[in-house]
Amino acid sequence: MDYNVNSYKGSDDYIASKPLMEIVNVAVALGKPLVIKGEPGTGKTLLAHSIAKALGKKLIIWNIKSTTKAKDGLYVYDTVQRLNDARFKDKDISDIRQYIKLGKLGQAFASPEQVVLLIDEIDKADIEFPNDLLNELDEMSFHIPELDEEIRAKHRPIVIITSNSEKELPDAFLRRCIFHYIEFPDEEMMERIVKVHYPDIETKLIREAIKKFYWIREVDGLRKKPSTSELLDWIKALALGGINPEKITTEIPFLGTLLKNELDTGRFVRLSSAQGGFGFRRR
Amino acid sequence: MFTDFYYILRKKGVPVTVTEWLSFIEALYKGFFQSSLNHLYYIGRAFLVKSEAYYDMFDEAFNEYFGGIKTDPSELEKVLNWLENPLHRLPKLTPEEAQEFHRRLEELKKEYNIEELMKKFRERLMEQKERHDGGSKWIGTGGTSPFGAYGYHPGGIRVGGESWMQSASKVAGERRFRNYRNDIILDVRQTKMALKKLRELKREGLEEELDLDGTIDKTAKQGGEIDLVFNKSRENSVRLILLMDTGGSMLPYTELCERLFSAASQMEHFKEFRYYFFHNCIYQDVFEDMANYKRVPTEKLFSNFHKGYKVVIVGDARMAYSELFDVNGCIDYFYSNDKPGLEWLLKIKEHFPHSVWLNPTHRSFWGHYTVDTISKIFPMFELTLDGLKDAVKALVSKPKMPSFHN
Repeated sequence: MDYNVNSYKGSDDYIASKPLMEIVNVAVALGKPLVIKGEPGTGKTLLAHSIAKALGKKLIIWNIKSTTKAKDGLYVYDTVQRLNDARFKDKDISDIRQYIKLGKLGQAFASPEQVVLLIDEIDKADIEFPNDLLNELDEMSFHIPELDEEIRAKHRPIVIITSNSEKELPDAFLRRCIFHYIEFPDEEMMERIVKVHYPDIETKLIREAIKKFYWIREVDGLRKKPSTSELLDWIKALALGGINPEKITTEIPFLGTLLKNELDTGRFVRLSSAQGGFGFRRR
Repeated sequence: MFTDFYYILRKKGVPVTVTEWLSFIEALYKGFFQSSLNHLYYIGRAFLVKSEAYYDMFDEAFNEYFGGIKTDPSELEKVLNWLENPLHRLPKLTPEEAQEFHRRLEELKKEYNIEELMKKFRERLMEQKERHDGGSKWIGTGGTSPFGAYGYHPGGIRVGGESWMQSASKVAGERRFRNYRNDIILDVRQTKMALKKLRELKREGLEEELDLDGTIDKTAKQGGEIDLVFNKSRENSVRLILLMDTGGSMLPYTELCERLFSAASQMEHFKEFRYYFFHNCIYQDVFEDMANYKRVPTEKLFSNFHKGYKVVIVGDARMAYSELFDVNGCIDYFYSNDKPGLEWLLKIKEHFPHSVWLNPTHRSFWGHYTVDTISKIFPMFELTLDGLKDAVKALVSKPKMPSFHN
């Protein structure tokens, strides 16, 4: 089938699961925004980078903050500048165009070639934020009243939206998107992911570290479970510190890279001293 | 095609809308599912389910609808063995061949439907006795029969084949997403999300938004000398009072109530947040501590807090008849009340029109007389994520006053 010709198959620095790859391809083919949810550190943001790299397209990143408004993504009309210029006669202020600056979404629409647009952490913004973008993402166009001009996407951008489920996204918005929840990778997958990042670190160390990592994640009541990015940091620290893989089985060096919450660290130290270094209860 | 699946999804509680279903069908006809159950499972899920909270229900529905594909394990294993190593990989198609293939695809789509396919698949599994490659009827590799791996048959069933993480029906069967269901657990984070909807925006606080009209006005008045005017930005003005039952019958729900409480208190989302406790029913006092030592007269709530406060009462509303309707009916021996609890509840509703009752027990236990009476005063909702959402909706909309007076 023709969509297979130019399809996404992961990139050399990012391991995507097969279902995720297929879903990306469908989203690209149908031109629908793809909403990616998942635990922190499951590679939601990296996915967009990987898609851009694998398909050879430019990536435009729109980082959402709590104060971000939907209109910021379309365009900003710098009224204060214009007002200021009006005092001096050196500029032609009747040309509003020079005071209109396209936002990230606007840039993605106006781009002469297809781009990948990453709307990162959309849940950080106000609850109504996604609804304000409904029409723009649907039609891939918007109107600038100041110029009475329509900005229409020449090529529908590939839109990737990530969410940490800080807030729930509105149904009307989700209805128009394709949704995928990235599960936390299993041990096998994790080994592949680590190897992509550190091809030079010996397998034995990686295996032992991953085993220990999953054991730590199983510990009840941690406020913040360590995620992939913490594991990667930890393995790097282990390798740089020249730690012997045998040693990881009995103790956990550089615990600070894995657990970043003081309460968690305290709880964990208490637990592991009660249960013994192997994670088994002492007899 | 598949319309039954839509209804099964709805029945299982997945909120699929017609829009989503149509885009799913569109994708189906465009051939994105590549005639494989795995594609159907993962991509279908991406189209139809928009929250991990419903993944489990999707799994259940998928199992119910497509579960019949599970064949006798021994048979299936044999089939998988045959299919594991195809004798030949399919050659690349020339444009003409591709066109021919697409034409055929359209024909076949008309010709087959999935129910029939499943039936035939099982029949053939029974009939077939040996390995088969190529050809157009038997289950094998590289052929055009609807069944098998690496073959071309639109709308066919893939047996094994590519290296998916796991087969769809197996994944669906495992129901790995059970813990994400939102009708079961209500964790602090989800509660916070639900409570965040509880807001009324008003202009308060620091002046930081540029008021364009004001600026132009003022600038013009000053003969073009720019003078910027700022507005106060909009802030949440909701003030919330939480009243929680600490009675013995509430013991099983302690954890649930704690979560609601910690979510509400951690949020810094409300203009003001107050909480008080009571035992089974509210009389002339509420308490500042869970052990019910520090009394605060209920009247004081009325004098200190104006009508605009939103009140959420959490309790099972289940008590002895006398506790609600009688003078001195309070369950505590050393406590006497000269007005029945019911009167106090009515007073609360009267003073705080924006008030709701959250009940941690399941709706099916609400048949009790006192529960019934109280739910006529306060709109009552289950203490689940969905219930909480409805409660929040009720709090921000125009309040309904109780329709009965006793």
